[in-house]
Amino acid sequence: MATPATDANALIHARGLTKRFANLTAVDAIDFDVGRGEAFGFLGPNGAGKTSTMRMIGCVSSPSAGTLRVLGMNPDENGPRIRARLGVVPQSDTLDVELHVDENLLTYARYFGIRRDVAKRRAEQLLDFVQLRDRARDEVEFLSGGMKRRLTIARALVNEPELLLLDEPTTGLDPQARHLVWDRLYRLKQQGVTIVLTTHYMDEAEQLCDRLVVMDKAKIVAFGSPRRLIDQYSTREVLELRFPIDSTPALDKLDGLADRIEVLPDRVLLYTHDGEAAAVALHSRGLQPESSLVRRSTLEDVFLRLTGRSLIE
Amino acid sequence: MTGALRVLEHHLTVYRRTWKGSVFMSFVSPVLFLTAMGLGLGSLISRGPVRTVDGVSYVAFLAPGLLAATAMQSAYVETTYPIMARMQWLRTYDGMLATPIRVLDVLAGEFSWLAVRLALSSCAFFLVMVLFGTVHSGLGLLAIGVAVLTGLAFGAPIFAFTATQRTDTSFALIGRLLITPLFLLGGVFFPIHQLPQLVQGIAWITPLAHGVALARGLAVGAASPTAGIHLAVLLAYAAIGIVAAGITLQRRLVP
Repeated sequence: MATPATDANALIHARGLTKRFANLTAVDAIDFDVGRGEAFGFLGPNGAGKTSTMRMIGCVSSPSAGTLRVLGMNPDENGPRIRARLGVVPQSDTLDVELHVDENLLTYARYFGIRRDVAKRRAEQLLDFVQLRDRARDEVEFLSGGMKRRLTIARALVNEPELLLLDEPTTGLDPQARHLVWDRLYRLKQQGVTIVLTTHYMDEAEQLCDRLVVMDKAKIVAFGSPRRLIDQYSTREVLELRFPIDSTPALDKLDGLADRIEVLPDRVLLYTHDGEAAAVALHSRGLQPESSLVRRSTLEDVFLRLTGRSLIE
Repeated sequence: MTGALRVLEHHLTVYRRTWKGSVFMSFVSPVLFLTAMGLGLGSLISRGPVRTVDGVSYVAFLAPGLLAATAMQSAYVETTYPIMARMQWLRTYDGMLATPIRVLDVLAGEFSWLAVRLALSSCAFFLVMVLFGTVHSGLGLLAIGVAVLTGLAFGAPIFAFTATQRTDTSFALIGRLLITPLFLLGGVFFPIHQLPQLVQGIAWITPLAHGVALARGLAVGAASPTAGIHLAVLLAYAAIGIVAAGITLQRRLVP
């Protein structure tokens, strides 16, 4: 995936990275490299091993086997030194609900040993950046979910990290709040911050990631740019059909209409380079779906192809 | 240990918002207890056939024991629910550990904070003792240190236990099966030697009886020949508890 030359510059370098718990292998010998300035994603369903991987990168969980280098250092030996240069947005917010919004940033800055006056200046800038300036003196518990998420992101930036780790940054947020988070992350990416995120939303991965790996059952099952993955594992278009309940036609009736057919509980997906043509052919065979829709292939289709399952179950 | 200081700083920042109520309560409890039990019950004893307990007025006997027992109770409260909250409900520790702070810093910060809290409430208690005229010796000031140590002797092992728990159901049990019985039978309200041999034996296994004996000796100015043993037991409980807490917290936070 990466040439030896980029390995040396990689912010994260993992080979055979493995995490075992008592009776479970959460991460099973995965290889990847993340380069400087990249937005890199781990896409996969819940339980695929994304969070365990993130915790190892964040130096709060020790690998069971394999090699891991973060910022060129070994997390087992230099955990605190690495963490000093990381920003971490965990899956569930760990904000201090007993403190005000601005105090959350100030106390967090102190964990990094940042001087009070510097912390104060940065806190103001960051609250501007995440659009929470007018909530600075509010109690954290009165913030909406999206605001808490933005505050967590601001907190993760308080040490001006070179590498920002985000574990499911928008899970549980409404669409508007998600777009606001995406917009801020996009700006950070433009500023040259290296971003690593996990998600089980294919649209999030497509929006933000230059490159991603698809994880399933503790292993990496595919890697590349979103575009390349779609080209490689799916067709250009998908014809999505819904049939009335209990009248899904036998597969042989659809034979030859598409390169590949997936029958899901609630719909049938026909993978083809030309969805319209497939729809016309379908009708000429006398098949009457309740609804049909032609759309472009997404990472969801890639995942379905690779694992036979949907991302969000 | 700058990391530990930063954890301590976090607790101070939070405490700044709640200190008034907490300080007020540190005075209320000893005033109530010494008035009701010490003066109220004590006046009955002073009119009875014995008049004094172990050679001093009942309130003077009671006060140093209560000082130590109050530290035990505070330590129990501080090392169960709030630790569970920071560990699991609010995930405060996860937030800290994403920075250069290490588990060891969290541990050292927590125990420093516990010691500070115990010292503050014990000082308040001691002030009330002085007002009730129950401190008979300048050495009595050292009873504050004994109370802090008694608190740590309970707080450290309880912290170690808390770090192994996923829910808070067992915390109430510790209160009912350990803290309350010790409070009642640990030599605070009457001399331990009045109890059956077996109960005496149990009381002396736990740290409270030693803390009470030590604090009482210092406050009433009667040097105990067994002071060294009491001190050693308290230190052993605190030290072993802190080491155990280090192990269980490490396992819990960085699996």
